[in-house]
Amino acid sequence: MSEQYKSSTELERAPVIEPGHTFGTVTEKISAIVLTRPATNGWFIGFGIAFMMTMMLLFALGYLFLKGTGIWGVTIPIGWGFAIVNFVWWIGIGHAGTLISAILLLLRQTWRNSINRFAEAMTLFAVAAAGVFPAVHVGRPWLAYWLFPYPNTMRVWPQFRSPLMWDVFAVSTYATISALFWFTGLIPDFATLRDRSEKRWIKMVYGMLSFGWRGSARHWHRYETMYLLLAGLATPLVLSVHTVVSFDFAVGIVPGWHTTIFPPYFVAGAIYSGFAMVLMLAIPIRKIYGLEDFITERHLQNSAKVMLATGLIVAYGYGIEAFMGWYGGDPYDAFTLWNRLHGPYAFWYWSLLSCNIFIPQVLWIRKLRTNPIALFFVSLVVLVGMWLERFIIVVVSLHRDFLNSSWGMYYPTRWDYMTYFGTIGMFLAAMFLFLRFLPAISIFEMRTLLPEAEVKE
Amino acid sequence: MAKRDPIYGLMAEFDSAQALVDAAKKTHESGYKKIDAYSPFPIEGLAEEIGMHFDEIPLTVLIGGIIGGCTGYLMQYWMAAVDYPLNIGGKPPHSWPAFIVITFEMTILFAGISAVLGMLAFNGLPMPYHPVFNVPRFALASKDRFFLIVFSSDKRYNPVETRRFLETLDPRSISEVPS
Repeated sequence: MSEQYKSSTELERAPVIEPGHTFGTVTEKISAIVLTRPATNGWFIGFGIAFMMTMMLLFALGYLFLKGTGIWGVTIPIGWGFAIVNFVWWIGIGHAGTLISAILLLLRQTWRNSINRFAEAMTLFAVAAAGVFPAVHVGRPWLAYWLFPYPNTMRVWPQFRSPLMWDVFAVSTYATISALFWFTGLIPDFATLRDRSEKRWIKMVYGMLSFGWRGSARHWHRYETMYLLLAGLATPLVLSVHTVVSFDFAVGIVPGWHTTIFPPYFVAGAIYSGFAMVLMLAIPIRKIYGLEDFITERHLQNSAKVMLATGLIVAYGYGIEAFMGWYGGDPYDAFTLWNRLHGPYAFWYWSLLSCNIFIPQVLWIRKLRTNPIALFFVSLVVLVGMWLERFIIVVVSLHRDFLNSSWGMYYPTRWDYMTYFGTIGMFLAAMFLFLRFLPAISIFEMRTLLPEAEVKE
Repeated sequence: MAKRDPIYGLMAEFDSAQALVDAAKKTHESGYKKIDAYSPFPIEGLAEEIGMHFDEIPLTVLIGGIIGGCTGYLMQYWMAAVDYPLNIGGKPPHSWPAFIVITFEMTILFAGISAVLGMLAFNGLPMPYHPVFNVPRFALASKDRFFLIVFSSDKRYNPVETRRFLETLDPRSISEVPS
């Protein structure tokens, strides 16, 4: 780290770690959350609610397998309803985790070290929640495995010219690489938990999970190389995933979908909603677990700035969409624009513009960027807005396309809502378990941030 | 096979990363080759000080990526153009632009998996038991202490001489590691 970089940051910004911490205090503070802190009533109530919502998801999915997709509100012309809206929303949220852990690592943004672990966990659980939807929306969900190229008695293979197949590969690769990144990041911390825990069986569990990590210099060297390469691989991967998701739309000819702005604007929107979710999780976690020393004002500010920047890219995307609808000369595109602004879903389009563009502009104010409660609510607004964006893209584009004899409206049923809120419950339940059993902040990466970690040749 | 030495090595404990790096450097320079250093976080340059000059991981990842890319492309070519050619919208069976996305994803997938498996394999992990864990104070190696070990298999290892040498490095403590 150069002196110049240090002086410019130290003067005006809050520190990444509050001063006064040592290797010992960082280790004790983070591992104590897992090892010695008793589970509180709040945790049990929170987990209990999330768990019940997960059960509701299983119930909704069970009924779906029994009856078929007719229980949902999807009909022709709107064949892609909540399932695809939620899929794109969740997979977008997942993007912030990889952005924080991989791209910010390559850019040497060391402040990421205190939030990358739970952001990665968030990615993993968001991708899991996203993965529910494409599997069940295929019409005959019990045959979803046909998407994979496996040798079968029908002697047919999947159709690789379709973006839906690209999606299968992109999302499953993304899930695998995120899981690997997260787990390998945990290995040295598992060793710390193994050495700190008192009970023998807990020692055994963490010992096995740590693979017998002992912190040898040779091991660290290979580990660091691996971590850096994995970050280098995950960076183009994360950009490709939402690009491929946007191809699902952009390759189709439906007005409102068939546009080249989709890949960059989907990726920016994904990071936008992902950082909103990171903030919505970080703000309560740092308060409840007393981690304000590690997740400081600096982290909140930086996340807010990323949101502001990506939000403006998203605004640019909306602007170009509207401009092309007006200037492009295609009557169907022009109608799509008119329909968004004045059609039966106009209220939701204006809500989307307020949630994603107008309200988040308050983040220009420094006081609000450093106010956790304000940030929490702005993040909530952004998450709602990003969900509405996908709703507008999927439903409003489909409900009035080329022939007005085939126009229709979309009415989601209770099963749509149960599935959607069920995945939120599943996501939260997994987060509750993660906070209880795994170190929510990367301990070994926090140690490297301390001044005593610096070594002169 | 020679009889196993009851002593695995001599281990010195240090207070700071700087002390460990300096000690590792001196030990390696004074002719001990079979040594290792343990720290609670990665220290840049420490592996080089104890004589590690080649890292296998980048090559492993490159090979994994090449295999993944070839697998991805050839799989699609064989399935779409050889085994089950289908006319989709008049596109040729071997429509390579459409195969790029999956080729890319498979490259990343295989490269990423080989990075992780390569790291574990070359590090000899998983290895739940290791003689260094017999030293009770070694539990601090995952918290805030730094350790240097001279293995008894080193040619210059001598229980008395080596201990005397380690004492000159000003460690916090020295312990024998039973194997």
